[in-house]
Amino acid sequence: MDDPVLRLDRICKAYNVGLPSETKVLHDIDLTLKRGEFLALMGPSGSGKSTLLNIIGLLDRPTSGHLFIKGQDTALLNDAALTRLRGHTIGFVFQDHHLISAFTAVENVLMPLLVDREFAGPDIVVKANALMARVGLAKVADNRAMNMSGGQQQRVAIARALAMSPDLLLADEPTGNLDTQSAGGVFDLMREVNRESGTTILMVTHNLDLAKRCDRIVDVVDGRITA
Amino acid sequence: MNRWLPFEWIAAIRFLREGRMQTLFIITGIAIGVGVIVFMSALLTGLQANFIKRVLTSQPQIQLIPLDQIARPLRNAPGVFENASVQRPSQHVISVDQWQKVRDRMQSMPEITAISPTMAGSALAIRGAASRAITIAGIEPASYFTIVRIPDYVVAGVPRLNSQDIIIGTELAKDLGATVNDKLNVQAATGTPVVLTVTAVLDLGNKAVNERNTYVALRTAQSLLGIIGGVTTVDLTVKDIYAAETLAKRIESSNAVEADSWIATNAQFFTAVQAQKTSNTMIRLFVALSVAFGIAAVLVVSVIQRSKDIGILRAMGASRGQVLRVFLIQGGVLGFVGAVVGSVMGAGGLMYWHSAMRQADGSELFPLMLERNLFVATALLATATGLVAAMVPAIRAANLDPVVAIRG
Repeated sequence: MDDPVLRLDRICKAYNVGLPSETKVLHDIDLTLKRGEFLALMGPSGSGKSTLLNIIGLLDRPTSGHLFIKGQDTALLNDAALTRLRGHTIGFVFQDHHLISAFTAVENVLMPLLVDREFAGPDIVVKANALMARVGLAKVADNRAMNMSGGQQQRVAIARALAMSPDLLLADEPTGNLDTQSAGGVFDLMREVNRESGTTILMVTHNLDLAKRCDRIVDVVDGRITA
Repeated sequence: MNRWLPFEWIAAIRFLREGRMQTLFIITGIAIGVGVIVFMSALLTGLQANFIKRVLTSQPQIQLIPLDQIARPLRNAPGVFENASVQRPSQHVISVDQWQKVRDRMQSMPEITAISPTMAGSALAIRGAASRAITIAGIEPASYFTIVRIPDYVVAGVPRLNSQDIIIGTELAKDLGATVNDKLNVQAATGTPVVLTVTAVLDLGNKAVNERNTYVALRTAQSLLGIIGGVTTVDLTVKDIYAAETLAKRIESSNAVEADSWIATNAQFFTAVQAQKTSNTMIRLFVALSVAFGIAAVLVVSVIQRSKDIGILRAMGASRGQVLRVFLIQGGVLGFVGAVVGSVMGAGGLMYWHSAMRQADGSELFPLMLERNLFVATALLATATGLVAAMVPAIRAANLDPVVAIRG
């Protein structure tokens, strides 16, 4: 358990490798996240934040370097194993909530549990409803996701991200599309989750006020960590 | 939602339900295609069954008749013909050569279920000033009635045939003004005229037949037509009506008779059925193809529309296989539901047509044959078509890169 939740070792990412148009997006990124840490990732648009987040979220592979999740080197894993690891250890919250419109709010929360055969069982419904209550949306759990306010949708998205009890929660500008009040509410919820469950959180944000309330701020500029 | 279904089923059904219009339209399209198939197949089966039933109950399946009479020119030397034109001799009525022996041989064949010798020829029926040309069939009622169910067609009287009796058709009875128990004078070109009593009037379902066909006892016909002890045909029924043609060939090869099976005499019908079957198969094939393309088109669009959802599912831990199955299931469900709706439509249409379209006498135009197998086969075929059609879109969905999909 002494392994950090996340460790990046000289991660590089380049597109069109070997072509004249080769572009390096990330340069030798080293980063370690301890268990229970709440880290804010800041930087201007196009600095490579999202690419970094995709690599950390196992949605994308680095060109070189190693990514360790709970001490496990992900370079050695195949596609299916990555999908499994992603499902079990990482939760996502996107800027645009990305709820599935065909489902009700609680069904969206239920989805990651249903996807995984190991979790499927009668208690997952109880768990999904408990998560809805935790994000303060027990009353509207059966509403269609599309019929909710932006703040509510983002809360549902957080509940969904927490469904698998992930070790690491990745949030890509979760408050970017929200008004100040809703943004504060969503951030408070994440902070609370971080404190109560010890979930490690990595949040990309442009909002300096919110970033200051995190444990640590990391700046990315032109694909390099500057602070 | 039923939370005990596997994830793939829930997602597939939710996606279909959310794309209401698309789903409704494609199911309607599939249903129309399936309806046409069900309607046509059932109709064709019904017509065929109707014909077969007639074959089984109103005509012999093999008829043995005397060999063609041919002229044999004289020769000067073996193999050398004079420069003579050989005329075809007139085919006078002759008996099947040694028909009792032929009958005995037929009796020993296990494939044959009934044997009946018949003496047939032409005659005049005269009553008062009215006279009509008729066809006389001299029969042995006991055996003949097992081949042609004469008693089933009786509209008046009883089908009794003693030596002084005759059974006639409704049209002839009308033309001659005769009813049951009236007497007719029957006269052939050769032989002796006789006076016969009408014992029954038949309706054989065809005006020309009702005008001409008459039945008398075998001996009466023999003396009337001047061929004492002879028969012109030996009628047979067989166990397997579809083997009649091969059986007829076998009989011909070992007896001095010509054997005509119902298959050969109704060749036109079989050509028609075959043509219908071929066109039916073609229609089925093309309907299945258009259904498949319709499903594929809808699902391709759906994959594009839902690429974000697919990306999220993948980010939440859904495997490629699970995404693949979500879309395969959609294809299968579309095919199956379309088939069920289409079967109901096809069967309903057939029932309506069956009750609305009647023959002039009010009897059914075709028998209503709705076999369970037809529906099961159609449902299976449509579901399989849906699955196959969903293959390409499903593979596309499964291969979506989650990052690209989420970024949209």
